[in-house]
Amino acid sequence: MTEYKPPPLPSPFTHTTPPPTLLTQGAEAHLYKTTYLTPTTPAALKIRPSKPYRHPILDRRLTRQRILQEARCLSKLVREGVSVPAILALDWEPQGQEEKDALEGRAGGAWLLMEWVEGLVVRVVLERWEGWMKRNTQMGEEQRKGEESRVRYLLRRIGHVVGGLHKAGVVHGDLTTSNLMLRPTAAGSSVEEDGGNPSMEGEVVLIDFGLAGHSNQDEDRAVDLYVLERAFGSTHPRTEPFFDELLQGYHEAYRGAVSTLKRLEEVRMRGRKRSMIG
Amino acid sequence: MIGIGMEGSANKLGVGIMLHPNDGSPPRVLANVRHTYVSPPGEGFLPKDTARHHRSWVVKLVKKALRDAGVSVKDVDCICYTKGPGMGAPLQSVAVAARMLSLLWGKELVGVNHCVGHIEMGRLITGSTNPVVLYVSGGNTQVIAYSSQRYRIFGETLDIAVGNCLDRFARTLHISNDPAPGYNIEQLAKKGNKLIELPYTVKGMDCSFSGILAAIDGLAASHGLGGQGKDDESNDDDDKPTRADLCFSLQENIFSMLVEITERAMAHVGSKEVLIVGGVGCNERLQDMMGIMARDRGGSIHATDERFCIDNGIMIAQAGMLAYKTGLQTPLKESTCTQRFRTDDVFVKWRD
Repeated sequence: MTEYKPPPLPSPFTHTTPPPTLLTQGAEAHLYKTTYLTPTTPAALKIRPSKPYRHPILDRRLTRQRILQEARCLSKLVREGVSVPAILALDWEPQGQEEKDALEGRAGGAWLLMEWVEGLVVRVVLERWEGWMKRNTQMGEEQRKGEESRVRYLLRRIGHVVGGLHKAGVVHGDLTTSNLMLRPTAAGSSVEEDGGNPSMEGEVVLIDFGLAGHSNQDEDRAVDLYVLERAFGSTHPRTEPFFDELLQGYHEAYRGAVSTLKRLEEVRMRGRKRSMIG
Repeated sequence: MIGIGMEGSANKLGVGIMLHPNDGSPPRVLANVRHTYVSPPGEGFLPKDTARHHRSWVVKLVKKALRDAGVSVKDVDCICYTKGPGMGAPLQSVAVAARMLSLLWGKELVGVNHCVGHIEMGRLITGSTNPVVLYVSGGNTQVIAYSSQRYRIFGETLDIAVGNCLDRFARTLHISNDPAPGYNIEQLAKKGNKLIELPYTVKGMDCSFSGILAAIDGLAASHGLGGQGKDDESNDDDDKPTRADLCFSLQENIFSMLVEITERAMAHVGSKEVLIVGGVGCNERLQDMMGIMARDRGGSIHATDERFCIDNGIMIAQAGMLAYKTGLQTPLKESTCTQRFRTDDVFVKWRD
């Protein structure tokens, strides 16, 4: 088995000092942390490397289509005032790499440079909270209620953001708690921990629009909500009872919520997986 | 322990005999016989004709398997048969035959999930321990990974199976169904080189093939390439695609989709091994593409050849015997079959 080697960085990121650091590698993209214009302005670099297993024409078509789709969704959401990272720059066919890539048997790929979002993903915040709750079994009724109301408030804010997203005519396509971030508000040092109990203050920011698209159909919006509901159910079982709070927030932020929520009932009944035929 | 496996969920009738040595050494294949119902070009196999084929061949195949294996009836411990999923009539024919043998010989029955059979046989032959499994055949398209006693489906087709898409396009072109339509498409695709744009329909870890089939059928019709007696590699106009180009483009497009969803599942579960099973898994282009993807992730691919990829009896014996050893038996009363039987419905007691 060969050791994994990430694909080469596209130009101009080959000359960045310090070099971008790899944060995560998904199936589709690699996420790096780098800087933009000044060495102290952090930025997130998402690279969609070319896939050598695909026919070059198909590969170019898909890579270009997807990076542009993601960028269009993000720029629209920024205009509409939804909290998402802003786009700084992008290229769907990086130049100056052909020769080097031909030698290594891989073409460049496309990249998208985005505003850096500080803070933690909601998945981590909730995992820490659940861990903390588990360790503190003998808390009083009042304290437990207080803890629950913090989570409720967070879920309501998530609902607001998702409502705003759908109001703008965009569906996310992969709404999980890993794609929601909690950015500390500028005013205070909010994301601090109190003996392992995480702060839930801050601004909820949606990230990773790799599977997003424009849609005005209740079905697509309902599936977004369903995926999110399942993510809460499977990853954060303790928070599941409060999911209604999220839907409440969604309702407050988005006027078309009534028909979407009705559709959500249907999607729930159907499940994503029906019994297989044949 | 010796088990007989009987498979007939589609147009292949297979009987296999497996030995699981009592000393714990690796299981051995004692016999693997198969007979395929081949329909004429331009036609698919109909359930009633396929069932008739299975009924008229099953006794011959069981006898041949016993002869090949050199075992007698008294050595056999259990009879494993395909409970589903598959076509109703062919499944029933084989279930009836299995019940008959069970009563005649006084042996226990074990009903097996066809998909789990493929997975267990693939694991045995390739020696891969915990891979992400791509199961692709004429009736199924699933990306599967094991987790706490179940083979969980991470992605699957939303409509027709990938093999069904290939088979039906072979019908449009009147390509021979012997030995298999997909095999003949693969050979024709090797002569194509022009990539035609087709819909690319991946949704998360799921995919869809019916729209692609409609699109390529439409292209074949508009270029006058459907039907029989057409030249495979040329067209009266040089700018137009040939039949070979269509096969090439179809394969490139749908296999890219399969590799993409497999890669997503690998990233999701953090696995570096891929196992390809099912009839379409024989396709060398698919194996190549999957190999490149796995290599780039620092992983490896496991695939088998037509003896094990295409439906067979030993895979049913293998999965059935694993279950039988954990105490599972199917009483006569419950020895039914079903067209719908999801991979994740099976409780996998034999793995940690």
